[in-house]
This record gives sequence, structure tokens and C-alpha cells, in this order.
Amino acid sequence: MQFRLVKIAETSKKKQTFIFLAAILLALFTTGLFIMFLGHDPVKVYLSLVNGAFGSRYRIEQTLIKAIPLIITSLGIAIAFRMKFWNIGAEGQITMGAFCASYLALNYSYLPRPVLLSLMLLGGFIGGSIWGIIPAFFKAKWGTNETIVTLMMNYVALKWIIYLQYGPWKDPAALGFPKIPNFAENAILPKFLGLHIGWVIALFLVISVHIFMNYSKKGFEIAVIGESVNTARYAGIEIFKTIVLAMFLSGGICGLVGMIQASGVNLTLSKDITGGVGYTAIITAWLGALKPHWIVLVSILFAALVQGSSYIQTAFGISAASAQLLEAIILFFVLGSDFFAKYRLVIDWKGLSRKKENKL
Amino acid sequence: MNNGSAYVSMRDITKIFGTVKATDNMNLDVAEGEIHALLGENGAGKSTLMNMLSGIYIPDSGHIYIGDREVRFSSPRDSINAGVGMIHQHFKLVEVLTALENILLGFKIGIFVKKNDQKRLIQQIMEKYQLEVDLDKYVYDMSVGEKQTLEILKTLYRGARILILDEPTAVLTPQETVKLFKIMRRMKEQGCSVIFISHKMNEVMEIADKITVLRKGRTIDTLDKGNTDPQELTELMVGRPVDLSIKRVDKTSDNRVLRVKNLRADNEEKLEVLKGISFDMFQGEILGVAGIAGSGQKELCEALAGLYPIKEGEINFKGENLAGRSPKEFITRGISMSFIPEDRLGMGLVANMDIVDNILLKQYHGNKGLFVKRKPASEKAKEIVKKLEIKTPGVHHPIKNLSGGNIQKVLLGRELDSHPELLITAYPVRGLDINTCLKIYDILNGEKKKGVSILYIAEDLDSLLGLCDRIMVISHGEITGIVDARVATKEQLGLMMLGNKEVDHAV
Repeated sequence: MQFRLVKIAETSKKKQTFIFLAAILLALFTTGLFIMFLGHDPVKVYLSLVNGAFGSRYRIEQTLIKAIPLIITSLGIAIAFRMKFWNIGAEGQITMGAFCASYLALNYSYLPRPVLLSLMLLGGFIGGSIWGIIPAFFKAKWGTNETIVTLMMNYVALKWIIYLQYGPWKDPAALGFPKIPNFAENAILPKFLGLHIGWVIALFLVISVHIFMNYSKKGFEIAVIGESVNTARYAGIEIFKTIVLAMFLSGGICGLVGMIQASGVNLTLSKDITGGVGYTAIITAWLGALKPHWIVLVSILFAALVQGSSYIQTAFGISAASAQLLEAIILFFVLGSDFFAKYRLVIDWKGLSRKKENKL
Repeated sequence: MNNGSAYVSMRDITKIFGTVKATDNMNLDVAEGEIHALLGENGAGKSTLMNMLSGIYIPDSGHIYIGDREVRFSSPRDSINAGVGMIHQHFKLVEVLTALENILLGFKIGIFVKKNDQKRLIQQIMEKYQLEVDLDKYVYDMSVGEKQTLEILKTLYRGARILILDEPTAVLTPQETVKLFKIMRRMKEQGCSVIFISHKMNEVMEIADKITVLRKGRTIDTLDKGNTDPQELTELMVGRPVDLSIKRVDKTSDNRVLRVKNLRADNEEKLEVLKGISFDMFQGEILGVAGIAGSGQKELCEALAGLYPIKEGEINFKGENLAGRSPKEFITRGISMSFIPEDRLGMGLVANMDIVDNILLKQYHGNKGLFVKRKPASEKAKEIVKKLEIKTPGVHHPIKNLSGGNIQKVLLGRELDSHPELLITAYPVRGLDINTCLKIYDILNGEKKKGVSILYIAEDLDSLLGLCDRIMVISHGEITGIVDARVATKEQLGLMMLGNKEVDHAV
């Protein structure tokens, strides 16, 4: 008996969807077993998971607040990934965006609100884009590995904020507690239809990035570089400039997330500003096939999962770790299902011992 | 019933890749002491079939017998143990090791290698088969022919009784080919089974005892060489009668289009790969470039197209020096030159994009504003598909799913659409079937008639002699001569490819 894997040349859309849905069902089933083991009814837990994410206006708002940074970061990452530039540095780019925005918020709070907020958005973008351009420059100039450089720069950014939080930017009014002062009213994002205005920015970016990637010259060039650098050179695309531009945008968009989180959600800067969004967004960007509209859907579902599981945590007394396990199992199955869309398992039952004469 | 004397027997072998049947119930019998040629166009299933005999692929159904036992290989090692050795087109040798080290590498002989014992054994094999290999020579110092002999020695040392050679002559000069055939005959005398994959008719007729013709994944027929002729074989191979002759269109003008003077370039290791190349090209002529693979052909084309850094020299295109300019500058300056690169999907086209976007690649620089215009590209794509009879489900189909011939037509169609005055083509018919080759020759001749100057780089000397006006031979980055294609012979070209300048009859 022999096992072997056969690569499937092309999988139809229908089959891909089927595999995807099957993976989610299997994940729910497996998690169900685990929930039963904990002594709860899986169906009830699942229903209240949905309830926790979408059951009331407040809950929907909370889900969306969690979805906004995921959407925007995924968009930023998608631009880099389209170029096959593996930007793992969204964490750092968000952090540096938040840093620049916070610098403006803390020092120029006397400016009129619209002016200050616009400056902060610009600052967020620039902070993130600088953190994006650095690895792009190294990669385009000397061919360094962007995965490692972007990843390492996350820690540089994080340690910088920790230094500020425990040192020069520590709030003297916080009685020795290591915390950066809260933003003044002027530096806080206004609400629109009950939600901080970040969702409008997200919507605007979804449309802009879609147009940029599919219809603009630069977007086309980025896609060509992602497919083949040699073809890009052959076609007269300026590789260096385009790589740097793509990472300027990718990092800048991630930097905006830092500004939005600091000004719209946390109302200050802290070392926990990203909440791990920079890493989660890699997954959502990938699951969304780097397409803006799918990214929106995947990000909202992801945020719902996070929001819903924090609800079942309190409702059923399931520990936080178990709730995270649930997220992990779903992710595992969905990401793993990709394998079955690409390969087929063949089992060969025939024996080895048959002699030549028997067959002929 | 199976032929009793067959040593290797493959029965009803089917292998499916995705939805394509690469081999469909193929059969092959090879006797001991026989040179058996597998003849077929690209995509006929020759290599797939042989990869199954050497354990690289596993058949989906069918049986393989060696001697009188059925075998099932799940890895190349299984097939080596069963006495099968395959020499691939791309050699599997470690450049920085000597011949001896390469032979011993990866072969189980205990923890400590008794080099001298093994060396004696290898020398016995060399004597038996009359192979000439300097065992202490480093592979990077070897010529292609030497490397091939070393590969053969390596497989024999591992106990191969069945030797598969996958298009072994593609990389050899005519002189090296003669040597290889001697080795193959010696192996036959020693009772080995030699399977020879090729699509070159004259070689098959020279060396093979039996010929199996494959077409589109099926075995068409197995013939004795004595009972057949090239015309019949070609018809079996293509499936219908074909006129194999290449037509040459007469050159019309003496206007110089390009003058290259003392062109020098280094590769990444700072070794000089172009050592002072100088030549002229005229309107309405095809200048062929012959040379052993890796003699600087690729670097020459890319340097002309602005894709390879030039150290020194001049590329004068209609009075303008192009040396040191980038492809982007070519476009903005409106240089009327097109380049068909060797690596179609790696350089000329984007595999994952559709025909429209690949056409757009050449057009979008001219689009005004920040956005690309897909509509004109789409119309152009439809036009090219129609004109060159490209087989595709539609213009929005990723080109990686097209066949090699159709991919090449997309590339040629796009490049010719800009009506270049100079066309550089690197191996434009490599990997294409006979019909597409002839079609491409026709296209090139058509352009030549229009007055386009064409640089035609190829490995097949027959096509060079048939199509070109002049042939420039390069060896180790140097021109060894430029000859008139009407009077040159293959032997003369072969000697020049090896670096011999004395046979030069320059025109």
C-alpha cells in the first residue's frame, strides 16, 4: 500500500467554497467536542457567541470597533503582499504611527480640533510609512530579507514606546503609575452615527485601495513585481522606486491604525496600543485573498469571533484561554483546508508481489 | 503477449496531471543490448514516461517490469537499486567537488569512504566502457561534454543496466555528440539497455536500433530502424504529413541598423562574460547566433535590451548609443527595439495574469494619467489572438494555462505589434512542437521581408543554417567568427563553438 499526494492543477470556485465551508463545520464540530468536555452544550455556546457579537446595538458597535483596525491593517498588508513583500512589520508600523500622532496630540492640544486631528492623521501615516520604507530600502538596495527586518523593527518600536511610557512621557499626575497622559478633548476622534469616525476612514480606504490595486498604473506595477521581478525590469518598471512606494503606502496605512486606536479607542498611547492587530491582520489579509471587499468580510467575522468569545467567557464561565482555543481551532482548520484545495490524497492498495506473467 | 527478450517492459502506463493525461496507456519494451529511441514532440509524454521508470513520478495505473519481476518505485533510490539510471538534461552535479567526490556522493558505502578502493572500481568501469574522465578534476572546470560523461560514469558506478538519456545532445556540439554516440554503442555492446529521448530525426536515425514514436501521451508505434525513414517517423510524430524545410527569404538592403563595438560585461561574480563583442546588423536580415549553452548568448541579448549591466563598449542603434540605458529609457526615447527573452514566463510575460494584462504591460506606459486603460489592451489582445491563431478559452484566461506554443505567440504578437526595427529573439522555438516552430519561422521571415533586422539565437544548428543570412558563433563570451549561412557546415560551426577561430570564413 502506498500513500501519495497529488497536486491539483486547478480547483473550481465551487469546490473551494465547499472545502472552506467544510473546514468551518469541522472546526465547529471539533470545538464542540471540547466544549462538551468542559461540561457545556455546544449549540447553546455557539448561539450565545453570535449573540455576544451581534445581539445588541452595543455589541455590534464593539464588534465593529474591533473590526476597524483589522480592516485597515489588512489593507496595508495586502498592498505589500501583492508585491510578495512579506511585511510582518504592521505591529511596528502601527506603533510608530501612534507615536507620531501622540506626539502631536500631547504637544499641540491648543490647535483647533479639525487642524489637530488632520495633523495627527498625517503624522500617523508618516510614522508608519517611515517604518515601512526602511526595510523596503534595504530590500531594494541589497536584497535583505524583509521578513526578518520588518519583524525585528516591531520590537524596536515596542521598546521605544515602553521607554517613553516609563520615562520621559510618564504622566506626573498618575501618582507614579507608568502611564502616558490621556489626550485632550481636541485630540480625540469625533463620533459619527454612534461610532468613532475611524469606520469612515476604513470605508474610504477600502474603496481607495481597491481602485489603486486594480486600476492604477502603480498598482499594476506592484502586481507585476510581485509576479516576476525580471518581467518588471523587462517592462521598464523602476523596481527600486516601486518597492519603496509600495511600502510607503503599506506602512503608512498601518500607521493610520495607530493614530485611530490612540485617538479613537485608547485615548492615549501605551505599549499595548496594537493589541496584536498587526499579526492578526496578516491572517485576515491572507484569508481575504488580498482583495479589499473580502478583507472587510473576513475582518468583521474575525472581530465577531473575538467579541463573541469574550461574551461566552462571562456567560458560561469558560476561561479566557478556552475562548482563545476556540479561535485557534477555527483558524487552524480554515488555514489547513487550503492544503486540500491544492492536493489530493491517493491511496494505492495494490500489492507488490504480482509476477509479470499473471498480468499479461 | 510480451516480447520474450524485453528486459524493461512498461505496460498500460497512465499518469494524469490535473485534468491532462500526460501518458495514456503507454507501452514500451526495451531489450538488453539495444539502443531504443523515444521520439516525440514536446508534450508527447517522453520525459513523463521516463520519469516514471526512474522513480521520480509514480504512475496512476499500469505496470513496470524489469527482468521478469514487477517493480514499484516510490523514489529514485528504488529505481537506482533496480538498475535504472537517468541522465537528465540538467546535470545533477556539485560544481565545487571533484569528479570522484561527485561519484561517491550520497551513495551508501558505510561511514568511512575508502576512496582508493572505490577509485579502483571506478577505473575498472571506465576501462570497460571506455569512458574518459579525469577523476580529480573539479566539475566547474569541466566542459558540458565532460560533465555528461561524468554523469554516465556515476550512473554506471551505481550499477545501472538501463540507462535513460533525456535529450542528451541538446547541449552538445556536433563533435561532442559523436563522442557520446561512441559511448552509447559501447554500452550496448556490454549488454546495457539504452533509452534515448530525442526529437532530432537525424540523430535517432544514426544511433537507434528501435524507435518508439509517441504523440500526445500515446504510444503510436515501435519500429525497427531498418524498416523506416525520417519522413514516415515525422508523420507518425506529428500525426499528418509535414513539409520540414525552412525557407530562407533573401536579404534586400544594406542599411546598417545596429553596430555593437567592443561590448564587455561582467557577471555577479565579476567574471567577464562578454569579452569585447563587435558586430553589425543590417536591415532585413536575420543574424543567427550559435554557441554552446552559457557562452554569453543570454548576457548579450539582455545587454542589448538594457537589462544587463555593461562594463564597456558601444551599442549604436541608428546613430544613438544605447549602452547603459535602462528599459524605461528605451520606452521614453521611443527606441524601436523588441526583445523576445529566453525565459518567456520568467521575463517576457506574467504567468498569473491574463492576455489583456500581459498586452497592457507594454502599453500602459503610454496611458495618460494615473490609471491604466484596459480597453485598448483588450481589443489588441483579441486582435493578436485572431491573427496568430492563439488557442485560448478567452483573453481573460491566465496565460500560464496555455501551451508553450501559444504562450510564445502571445509574446511574439505583443512585441511585433510595436513594429520594431530591431528584433532580438533568444531561443524563440525552444520547447515548441514542429508545427509551431514552422509558424514562428514564417513570422520571422515575414518581419524580415518588412525590413526588420532580426538577431536569432538558437541551439539547433539546422534551423540556424536554414533560416539565417549570417551566423555569428560565440564561445566563452567571444566571437569566434561570423560565417555565411549559405555555405557554412555544421562541422565548421561545431569547431567554432568550441573556440576554434581558424575555421573562420568571415564575410
